[in-house]
Amino acid sequence: MIAFAEIGHLALFIALICSLCQAFLPVFPALGKTSYASCIAISRLLQLLATLLVFISFSALIYGFIVSDFSMSLVATYSHSAKPLLYKISGAWGNHEGSLLLWIVILVLFGGIFAVTSTTLPSRFSSLTLSIQASISASFLAFSLFTSSPFERLTVTPLDGRGLNPVLQDIGLALHPPMLYLGYVGLSLAFSMAVAGLIEGKITQQWGQWIRPWALSAWCALTLGIALGSWWAYYELGWGGWWFWDPVENASLMPWLAATALIHSTLVVEKRGQLKSWTILLAILAFSLSLVGTFIVRSGLLTSVHSFASDPSRGVFILCILLLATGLPLLLFAWRGPSLSTKSDAGIISRDTALIVNNIILVMATTIVLIGTFYPLGLEMVTGQRITVGPPYFEASFNPVIAIGLIGMAIAPVTMWKNGLLSHAGASMMVAGGGACLAIAIGGWAGVIENAASIAAIALLGWLGFGVLADMQKRLKFHQLTSIITRANKIDGAIWGLWLGHLGMAIFMLGAIGDGLGRQEQTIRAHPGDVIMVADKQYRFIEMQQNQGPNYTTRTALLGLEDEDGNLLGYMRPETRFYPAERQTTTEAAIRPRLSGDDYAVLADGNDEIGYSLRLYHKPFVSWIWGGAIIMAIGGLIALIMRRPIITATQTS
Amino acid sequence: MMNISTSPRQRRLVIIGLSGAALCLAVWLVTSALRDNIVLFFTPSELTAEHMGAKRLRIGGLVETGSIIISGTNAHFVITDETDTINVSYEGALPDLFRDGQGVITEGRFESDIFIADTVLAKHDENYMPREIADSLKKQGVWQGDKTQ
Repeated sequence: MIAFAEIGHLALFIALICSLCQAFLPVFPALGKTSYASCIAISRLLQLLATLLVFISFSALIYGFIVSDFSMSLVATYSHSAKPLLYKISGAWGNHEGSLLLWIVILVLFGGIFAVTSTTLPSRFSSLTLSIQASISASFLAFSLFTSSPFERLTVTPLDGRGLNPVLQDIGLALHPPMLYLGYVGLSLAFSMAVAGLIEGKITQQWGQWIRPWALSAWCALTLGIALGSWWAYYELGWGGWWFWDPVENASLMPWLAATALIHSTLVVEKRGQLKSWTILLAILAFSLSLVGTFIVRSGLLTSVHSFASDPSRGVFILCILLLATGLPLLLFAWRGPSLSTKSDAGIISRDTALIVNNIILVMATTIVLIGTFYPLGLEMVTGQRITVGPPYFEASFNPVIAIGLIGMAIAPVTMWKNGLLSHAGASMMVAGGGACLAIAIGGWAGVIENAASIAAIALLGWLGFGVLADMQKRLKFHQLTSIITRANKIDGAIWGLWLGHLGMAIFMLGAIGDGLGRQEQTIRAHPGDVIMVADKQYRFIEMQQNQGPNYTTRTALLGLEDEDGNLLGYMRPETRFYPAERQTTTEAAIRPRLSGDDYAVLADGNDEIGYSLRLYHKPFVSWIWGGAIIMAIGGLIALIMRRPIITATQTS
Repeated sequence: MMNISTSPRQRRLVIIGLSGAALCLAVWLVTSALRDNIVLFFTPSELTAEHMGAKRLRIGGLVETGSIIISGTNAHFVITDETDTINVSYEGALPDLFRDGQGVITEGRFESDIFIADTVLAKHDENYMPREIADSLKKQGVWQGDKTQ
């Protein structure tokens, strides 16, 4: 038998050595021993070598999971021979050690892509960026090798594995960590470039151009990663919700908010050469928050529905990386930052100012989430009192701040760089205002207006949606369909990104508001034969069934969903699954997704005697939540792909 | 259209003013939201009469064996930390692993002596023990289980 686990371990170790060399390489040209041109050549080589080695290592781990080599401790603990192949593979990152290796894979992947694509950048800047990227890789490689090696062998090989937590045996959760990590780790390059810029002490408008694609791609991946996680929680946890303000969810939201601020502020650097030092600070903070996210999930410091097993020593290690990665750059920033600030020639009403307001709001929102997430921990350490900060806190503090941001999201796009408003600003604002009124009228007609907050939410939805559409109409002129393509082609990718990003936000809001205000639910204990009304549909409880899955048995309720007149719309089969290998039970909600809203049924406890407990929901527009997130990510992607490298200080759009 | 010329100094003042206002707003929102919305956690023996008047509470412990009475969608059960007990009444569907001896966290408020819960949390994992309960049971030496998965 090939000792692939040992090969994987060795590859990881050599990768650590490569990264360490690479991290210290720019010392030589800095001392005048060699030129940056030769330094960058070696840096690139080392980076590509490290990337290759880590990929070999990760393949070895995946291979171990595929062939179910139970002599490997990790495979024995988190896999089982009866598991479907997909979940054997995803099991490789469904645990602490493996997910850390996945993190490193993506880290070196980004480093590798930078090494290959940075040939047009100045060699000193690329050397420094690669050096910082390598020191991050080296820290995490050391973390993996010395505290949580995925390749440990057991002295006694068990007959079978203990299996993966059944809640994690799911397509959404197989894809969620890689996507989220692409986002977290993508921010590492923005971070490395920011620190490299600080070390050089010189930030140009081009720097904004270099950093923007990395910030954008990380933001897209983070958006999709969070959406996947939320979608998973929605259909898998069976609680009917899609966001719980759980510490682990907040951990991914904070870097997202910071990255959102970053993609807006890099635009100001790129187009106007302003906000440089602020953008550097944001890049550092965004990546630090990614590390905080990893720290929260990995350390088990905060209890959460999502966290894996915890081990304090690992938490301490990540905390050290976090302190170094945040502390050193911030010190450097305190020293060099002030010299980077530039005099602004922009007026008060300008896109420059609007984007500063955007950044203030997003940073406020990030801080509010940060405080809500860590306050319980701080309080418990100080007073010993255990508390929970739940959704009501976030609704009372986060939502109002975001609401101000949403008002601005329709105004900022009709401002001009440097000074003033675009010619169609007044018309666009009128349309947005009309949209807000129309939305309130529709809300009132639908009977979902309960209080001031619901009026505000609905008005904002109309304001933003119509505001963006009005801006699009002004430039694309939808009523002249024949020449629309010509006009569309003239529009910059950044503008498409703006439109789709903001429109995606409006669509997301439609889902969130539809579900938040229009949701109907019914919890009932029922016997086969009963008919239950929810919204204007009825559920006919037909019978209970027992089924056999690949590695579980089920208890399934067969429900017939009917419209008011008793016409069958479809069958719903909510079930509870029992996984004998893991000795665990999961709830599988039955969902009938429609654009107009989901029907959602959950089977809970019960038996033939006392009846079965059923939770039945109708959730209007709920799918639009994830649809909106996808549109936002597409917007980011278009801004990334259709970039036009034009830089003029006085560009007006 | 609008073309208000301003000096960089004026603009800087406006931005500093906006940031200051934002900071004040954030501080006010956070402090008022924290004041009104935090939920304290207790085990039955930690609970005092004063706490029982709170708007919302979380109470955690083990489900006392044989205490579960289910009628329709209402469940009545007793939470214990092996020192004291609390009577809980819950309206709704129970989690998969809700059973005798299981560690649970409930959230709700007191109506006289009965805790009216609107949320009952029990994890999917049979071996799982909420951290708060594990801590307090360990303190009393009742339960020594290890939480590692």
